[in-house]
Amino acid sequence: MTPPPSAVEMRGITKRFPGLIANDGVNFELARGEIHALLGENGAGKSTLMKILYGFYQPDEGEVRIRGMPVRFRSPRDALASGLGMVFQQFMLVPSLSVTENVLLSLPRSGVRLDRGEASSRIRALAVRYGMAVEPAARVWQLSVGEQQRVEILKLLARGAEILILDEPTAVLTPQVARDLFSTLRRLAAEGRAVVIITHKLSEVMAVADRVTVLRGGRHVATVETARTTPRALARMMVGRESFDQLTRDAVPVGPEVLAVEDLRGLNDRALPALRGISLAVHAGEVVGVAGVAGNGQRELGEIVAGLRRPTGGRVRIDGRDRTHTTVLEVLRSGVGHIPEDRLAMGVAPNLSIEDNLLLKDYRAPEFGRGPFLDRRAVRRHASRLIAEFGIRTPDPRNPARTLSGGNLQRLILAREIANRPRLILAFHPTRGLDVGATETVHQMILSQRRAGAAVLLISEDLDEILLLSDRIAVIYAGALVDTVRAGDVTVEELGLMMAGVRGPAVEGEGPS
Amino acid sequence: MISLIPRERQVGWAVWAVPALSILAAFIAGGVVLGLAGVSPLVAYGELLSDPFGSGFGLTETLVKATPLILAGLAVLLPARMKLWNIGAEGQLQLGAIGASYVALFTPLGHSPVAVPAVILAGMAAGAAWCLVPAALRAWLNVNETITTLLLNYVALLWVDYLIYGPWRDPANRGFPLSATFPPAARLPVLIPGTRVHLGLLLALVAAGAVWLVLTRTRWGLEIRVIGDNPEAARYAGISLVRNTLLVMGAAGALAGLAGVGEASAIAGRLQQGLSPGYGYTAIIVAWLARLNPVAVLLVSVLLGGLFLGGDALQISLGLPIAMVNMLQGLIFFFVLGGDVLVGSRVAIGRRGAGRPRPGGS
Repeated sequence: MTPPPSAVEMRGITKRFPGLIANDGVNFELARGEIHALLGENGAGKSTLMKILYGFYQPDEGEVRIRGMPVRFRSPRDALASGLGMVFQQFMLVPSLSVTENVLLSLPRSGVRLDRGEASSRIRALAVRYGMAVEPAARVWQLSVGEQQRVEILKLLARGAEILILDEPTAVLTPQVARDLFSTLRRLAAEGRAVVIITHKLSEVMAVADRVTVLRGGRHVATVETARTTPRALARMMVGRESFDQLTRDAVPVGPEVLAVEDLRGLNDRALPALRGISLAVHAGEVVGVAGVAGNGQRELGEIVAGLRRPTGGRVRIDGRDRTHTTVLEVLRSGVGHIPEDRLAMGVAPNLSIEDNLLLKDYRAPEFGRGPFLDRRAVRRHASRLIAEFGIRTPDPRNPARTLSGGNLQRLILAREIANRPRLILAFHPTRGLDVGATETVHQMILSQRRAGAAVLLISEDLDEILLLSDRIAVIYAGALVDTVRAGDVTVEELGLMMAGVRGPAVEGEGPS
Repeated sequence: MISLIPRERQVGWAVWAVPALSILAAFIAGGVVLGLAGVSPLVAYGELLSDPFGSGFGLTETLVKATPLILAGLAVLLPARMKLWNIGAEGQLQLGAIGASYVALFTPLGHSPVAVPAVILAGMAAGAAWCLVPAALRAWLNVNETITTLLLNYVALLWVDYLIYGPWRDPANRGFPLSATFPPAARLPVLIPGTRVHLGLLLALVAAGAVWLVLTRTRWGLEIRVIGDNPEAARYAGISLVRNTLLVMGAAGALAGLAGVGEASAIAGRLQQGLSPGYGYTAIIVAWLARLNPVAVLLVSVLLGGLFLGGDALQISLGLPIAMVNMLQGLIFFFVLGGDVLVGSRVAIGRRGAGRPRPGGS
């Protein structure tokens, strides 16, 4: 008896898009009964490879075999018929329908008669068997994100999918819910199904995967068993060089106070008090990190300083000038760069060109044209310079900004916000959703601005990031300051306690000196 | 099984071929309706096309109809680029006619050497003012401009009625609801002698060029495009939504008002009912068929202008109602919008289960 063929075999897959090769002769093999992580930075070609497998794209070259049989999928419909199923980051569910109805909708030719009762009990049985807590009668809009993800998986299982592909499944989950998902995946694999998770999180790979395939720049780097590798080795394969943890925060002489916030009060979007009198100061050459559990006022603090939200009390001064009741434009003209919390929703106009987006804050400047007119050549020169200087990867600056990968988009925003040597940088969640390499780049840029004498207000939920970059850390809880501490004097555990509202024993750090 | 598969890349030819084929398909579908009305579609289309495009004079008449369509089309297009829906070009056009008539008939400027520029500016100002009402409501109170601009059309038409039945009615017209005729100095000059092609066409061409220039080459155009694509990004960049809403809607009203100036001053020579057979509404179709491209507006306006003219011929020679032309306009709009799907996707027919591997093996 010959050994059973692999669940999936992809050989020499090449896929070209205008201006770039997304996959370049990639090999990928998925065994039955395994959880296989597909690891790589944003833009490494993970999603493209899986969309080819799922019939969403057709490869330009290469061969796909399912259970040993060569296939050419023309659409996801063909892939589904062959027992493949994919859960995308954006769920495809009808919010107003129940879980059962959503599952029934996804079944091929389910017939005119819908037997909800029987369907519900089958769905409940499936859910119990794989440890997925979800109520078949519940309407999808009532479900949490984690529960909605379970419905997506149930849809695939109800169709009898043998091969499951999950695109960044934990991006939207809390650690606890992610652990539940992993145990479900393990049960599926134990029954002989094959699971692929697309990810750029090393901890996730180590926690759940049996094997891992690393892609970089559209090429296959290696396929290894997780038991025989380390996160560090994987990171090296993913980024192609070893340069982690080498960031240094040199001693920089601290300059004058740039941002001063005094007894600031403000409301959130629901008109409830979000800030209850916060005071902090950021000096030139200093990074002040604001740590706190999401929803404790850091967002409102950032928006008020950026001029996007009106405070109800207190004062904001930038370089000594009052900027309490101000406009975005006035803040901008005070020499403030703003890396917004939600890059796509606020940081770019996605359908406008990359060069227009690079100009978003500077188009009023005299060097970009005469009178009302824009000088297109000056604009192009400006764009080319920033693209080169900040390593934004794009075949053409006239392409729409939405064609950029997550890391490149953040580079675009950083380039725009930093290029004018701002006095103050507002960096709000600057590396959320970025991979290792892009995160490192962003950290380096922030530190180099600090070296150049900029004041940086950093708001982040990533405590490692806060500790790595900040000179001082302001911890906020329920809209008030718990304490301000020097970064060197505090541990993650102490910070965690303070974020829960417990005033730490740490040193009072009122000033920079 | 028929299914739509999103295209991975834009196909160059599809951008032009699909709208062209869509228009053809609209004419075929329209032919069925004409056939049901007891008219040979070929004869009807012959009539429809021979008048506007078959002769030199017909062609100039097509340009006469295209003139207000270009201007009103731009009045829809410019706000649409920042996602404001101006359905009120018809009313703004009427206000343009009122403004022009006031200056021409009731001020000394009407007889002066600067009568033409005065009439033009008055009409544009009146159109702009009319459009600024919904613009202000939108900018400060967030009142939906689609509804307010639309409803103000009816108010504008009633103002025209009030004036020509009331204070502006000229007794010399023996009771007909017409204003007095404009003094010769206040009539827009004819560009081609012996035709009705007037200065408005030249101004419309300039306006299309200006709108293109503003959108692609100016700082203000960048603001408009940023707001249209992502208002949050505009707020983040310090771009004022209030200011731009007022400016863009004001400019739109002025353009539609200019269309009204042409109809009152060059074509009718006075204020009267029926100055526009719905140019302001057709303008919406013009803007969308042109894909919000100000240069393409010129081409589309000539096509739809010809349709207006051919419609007159259909009524006269075949006794068909003007509704037939409205139907054709609607069909073209419908098919072109439907065809848009094909620019972004390709159609797969059949092939269900192709590529499915045979179960078997081990």
